[in-house]
Amino acid sequence: MLIIDCPFCGPRAESEFAYGGEGGIARPLATETLTDEQWGDYVFMRSNPKGLHHEQWRHASGCGKWFNALRDTLTYRFHGTWKIGAEPPEAFTRRVQPAAPVGETVVEGLAR
Amino acid sequence: MKEPGMQKFSIWSLLRNAASYHEGWQRQWRSPEPQREYDAVVVGGGGHGLATAYYLAKEHGLRNIAVVERGWLGGGNTARNTTIVRSNYLWDEATHLYEKSMKLWEGLSQDLNYNVMFSQRGVMNLGHTLQDMREIERRVTANRLNGVDAEVLSPQQIREILPFINLNTRYPVLGASLQRRAGVARHDAVAWGFARGADALGVDILQNCEVTGIRREGGAVVGLDTARGFIKTKKVAIVAAGHSSVLASLAGFRLPLESHPLQALVSEPMKPIFPTVVMSNAIHAYISQSDKGDLVIGAGIDHYTGYGQRGSFPIIEGTLQAIVELFPLFSRVRMNRQWGGIVDVSPDACPIIGLTPVKGLYINCGWGTGGFKATPGSGWVMAHTLAQDRPHRLNEAFTLDRFYNGHLIDEHGAAAVAH
Repeated sequence: MLIIDCPFCGPRAESEFAYGGEGGIARPLATETLTDEQWGDYVFMRSNPKGLHHEQWRHASGCGKWFNALRDTLTYRFHGTWKIGAEPPEAFTRRVQPAAPVGETVVEGLAR
Repeated sequence: MKEPGMQKFSIWSLLRNAASYHEGWQRQWRSPEPQREYDAVVVGGGGHGLATAYYLAKEHGLRNIAVVERGWLGGGNTARNTTIVRSNYLWDEATHLYEKSMKLWEGLSQDLNYNVMFSQRGVMNLGHTLQDMREIERRVTANRLNGVDAEVLSPQQIREILPFINLNTRYPVLGASLQRRAGVARHDAVAWGFARGADALGVDILQNCEVTGIRREGGAVVGLDTARGFIKTKKVAIVAAGHSSVLASLAGFRLPLESHPLQALVSEPMKPIFPTVVMSNAIHAYISQSDKGDLVIGAGIDHYTGYGQRGSFPIIEGTLQAIVELFPLFSRVRMNRQWGGIVDVSPDACPIIGLTPVKGLYINCGWGTGGFKATPGSGWVMAHTLAQDRPHRLNEAFTLDRFYNGHLIDEHGAAAVAH
């Protein structure tokens, strides 16, 4: 059983939490100008890395709030959790980012 | 130049080898050194990858091909699934693909001259609510229209097959669908049979050969960097299940996949008691009994993504609660082993089989929790796709493009949990 540190409630058992997928994916702002490729990238495409992963979780059976997490998808170890909009932990900024994918569309007007 | 004669299995070869104390059996496949260049390379030495190589050699005449495998042959999801084979999907595209696979299963042991122990003992999908029953009737009707055998069972008919089932569970069993041609197969034998068949046709199977880079020039594949050196090739098929996203990132594109651990467990061996396969989407459990006698139980996926090949305890707990409620007489059976495999789940619970943004690079992934049943069919259409540079009619709907043009094949309703 994983122990997950809710930034609002403190450490609790994994069974209290709901996984919310990859974090940091913002809904595009200028939706009416998006191409099919840009929509597909936003809705479906995921980095799905083996290693450190920025993701979002919800303390579903606790405070019910969403928060950010940095977790290793191989060891399952959490390297930090932080509130939405708060400063991420140091490990987050230090993590090795995958190289910018070739040929992937950069969506203008993305609220990052 | 490299056609090792395959020792054929028959009653005569068995008798002949019995006379020499079974010391005369050959190795079933070679362990060759990588050549500098191949006409095509399949990345992933699981059932799907080996089947791809086998059908490339057998149906399309490509002989100078290799299968590269990070670990050992059939050591990933091929060895970790619960061996269920069925083709009772809802939508036409999916049904046709899985039914092609079912037809290949029905002749596979003969074709490979290798006993894959395919046993058509039937697969039952239980319904626990009125809505479940409506969906079961809809799926059974759809199956029949597509020429796939299917029938609806009443609770009484279920009890005739499984006298010890508890129908008055928290969510009472109101009926089931049954596909009698469905069943189970020996998973390891599938990998070994395809490996032996491919090897006999000249395919090099390279184990302990992790791919570390996919070299491209002008948007086309030119070769692979591997743990055993650079391999030159113009055609690469990624057939890597849970690691598909990792390989795609080496080639510079993303996939609509999330890799999750999926758990299974087996009990101590028992005398034959369970004559069929039972699956229940609603209460999240599936169970069969292997020929060795152990109960083979499948759990659901962990909700979070992971590559750790192990699952979390709460998932097993939930599955076993459901199994024990359906079959109270199993409550004191001891579980022997438990493990996890990494499944690549796609948004519409259907695979992606086809071309990629990189020329000469083909992908076969997204089988999620239900890839084993598709092993021969998947390899068959993948071989056609790679050899002809375009999808076969059976997999033309399963493109990566469908996530951009919106033509999803939503099998989640019919196939979400249990495979």
